[in-house]
Amino acid sequence: MAIDKIWVVAEATDAGPTTTTLELLTAARDLAGTVEAVAWGTTTAANAAVLGEYGATAVHDIGDIGDALPGAPVASAIAGAIAAGNGPTAILIPTSYDGRDIAGRLSARCDLPVLTNITGLVGGDELTTQHPIFGGTQIVNARFTGQGPGIFVVRAKSFAAEPAGGAPAAVSSLAVGDLGATNAATVVTRHVEERTGPKLDEAPVVVSGGRGLGDAANYSLIEELAKLLNGAAGASRAIVDAGWVPYSHQVGQTGKTVKPTVYLACGISGATQHMVGMKGSKNIVAINKDQDAPIFGVADLGIVGDVHKVLPALIEALKAR
Amino acid sequence: MNVVVCVKQIPDPAAPQSLEPGTNTLDRSGKLILDDSDAYGVEMALQLAEQAGGGEVTLVSMAPNGETSGLRTALAMGAASAILVSDPALKGADALTTAKVLAAAIKRSNADLIIAATESSDGYTGTTPVQVAEILGLPSITFAKSVSVDGSSVKVERQTEAGYDDVTSPLPAVVTVTAGVVEPRYPSFKGIMAAKSKPVETLTAGELGVDASQTGQEITSVVEAEARAAGEIVVDEGDGAQRIVTFLEGLKLV
Ligand SMILES: Cc1cc2nc3c(=O)[nH]c(=O)nc-3n(C[C@H](O)[C@H](O)[C@H](O)COP(=O)(O)OP(=O)(O)OC[C@H]3O[C@@H](n4cnc5c(N)ncnc54)[C@H](O)[C@@H]3O)c2cc1C
Ligand SMILES: Nc1ncnc2c1ncn2[C@@H]1O[C@H](COP(=O)(O)O)[C@@H](O)[C@H]1O
Repeated sequence: MAIDKIWVVAEATDAGPTTTTLELLTAARDLAGTVEAVAWGTTTAANAAVLGEYGATAVHDIGDIGDALPGAPVASAIAGAIAAGNGPTAILIPTSYDGRDIAGRLSARCDLPVLTNITGLVGGDELTTQHPIFGGTQIVNARFTGQGPGIFVVRAKSFAAEPAGGAPAAVSSLAVGDLGATNAATVVTRHVEERTGPKLDEAPVVVSGGRGLGDAANYSLIEELAKLLNGAAGASRAIVDAGWVPYSHQVGQTGKTVKPTVYLACGISGATQHMVGMKGSKNIVAINKDQDAPIFGVADLGIVGDVHKVLPALIEALKAR
Repeated sequence: MNVVVCVKQIPDPAAPQSLEPGTNTLDRSGKLILDDSDAYGVEMALQLAEQAGGGEVTLVSMAPNGETSGLRTALAMGAASAILVSDPALKGADALTTAKVLAAAIKRSNADLIIAATESSDGYTGTTPVQVAEILGLPSITFAKSVSVDGSSVKVERQTEAGYDDVTSPLPAVVTVTAGVVEPRYPSFKGIMAAKSKPVETLTAGELGVDASQTGQEITSVVEAEARAAGEIVVDEGDGAQRIVTFLEGLKLV
């Protein structure tokens, strides 16, 4: 199956298309002659210029979905286009809360398999997908064997987003099919957690804390250090589950993927699920009292020591400068 | 209220993992245990059934072999019964085939609510539960960090990029829970003894009328990832902080 047309599921916030959307558009340009976006909500017309700049020649607008979750309506609209013979040869979807919903529903609606956790796409006569396993120590190469279109769910930061200077994407509408009960869940209230400083997945420095911090109060050391370095504060899942910090701080397989200039892991063991989210960092510094901690296996600088000693001393040293 | 929980039985993640020669899928031939991720779903289901003042928690699981160790753990926690779909033909089944099997098994029970985890520890596609919902024609709410049921509807705090959303849905519905939604109980000795005699119905894909043969994807190869160059590991002798400062200076970050 030669890849001639790719659709990218384009997520957006009030600030415009998400970075992952732009990454996927950039990747798609190298893989197919025609790249188009699928979008929903009320900002599609406003985003057409950016989507075009990154390579989409057209955007299929599903329109306002009201208080519904995107999974069912977006999947049904794409499935409708496929059934009518107007679909693409491949669909790229960001690995996000809504992206996975859309992918799952689309797969079931069209009776097509879905490839997930993709971190690389290699073009040619057919697409080969790359998936990290065992904490990113090995890479699985896979492909679709059946009739397309292929559904590909791609992790954030797998590609760098680069504009190509394209004209604004032409907006046309894409109809949602019959949803029955599948669309019955509704959003009642949205809660936005306040965050200051650079975003975790964009900061040049990320300082993350884990269970080795001992208790929730010590997380303030992580925040203070992050602030001193103009970075963002991250966390392992262990301390998110323990309720020390909100989920939005989580780095790893089920959290954010980060690729900062330097990642400081403090009291984090380096479980495989944590590593897949930070192993791509340019430099890694780890502080752990256990010299056999797996995190040292990926560290450029490893300090075998106590976070309760090293972190306060580091903060003092930086403040003194 | 009847709650069905999808529970996956997986090879012990603490033990070394390997791929099967030939298919390159995870070797799941040995003992299988309850996926930690699903222990949260089991606990949530038990609490919701208790709060509703009645109803049963039924487990649904698909495994390539007849393994029930993981199911027994969940039964020991308090679930009433289990349906195990076990079929050698399901070895290496992809998420969609798994979802077809689970959906067919769920149809046999009279579920008001279906709970799964946001993602499994060994497969982590994170799509199976939504595929189940679509096949059954049901609404779904993924990434729940809290769940409550009020008569005929379910209320969920759903994790989002920005924070969380309050989302509600009429029942029946599929809800996926994150770790931390509730603290799973440890099975008591009494629970473990009771689990031994709880009913586990074992079915094949054929008995459920699901075609297990189809899979539209294939692993072409598995290669070593590029390893990071070995770093410098030093024991802190009071100079650890200074070493980090020097390292950061080298990167022009301080
Ligand atoms: C499906 C699934 C998805 C997951 N997703 C994620 C994810 O996205 N992100 C994630 O992080 N995890 C994830 N996990 C969890 C992961 O497996 C680990 O449990 C978790 O990362 C461990 O967190 P930790 O390193 O903080 O804690 P631990 O593993 O308990 O490590 C604590 C470390 O602190 C060190 N330490 C203790 N005291 C000190 C001290 N005083 N000074 C210095 N060091 C000290 C210890 O030596 C130890 O290495 C996932 C798990 C599953 C099953
Ligand atoms: N073989 C299975 N048996 C029972 N439940 C499963 C199975 N596979 C997936 N699930 C459920 O779906 C969730 C997500 O799985 P996955 O799509 O593999 O990430 C799991 O955590 C389970 O709750």
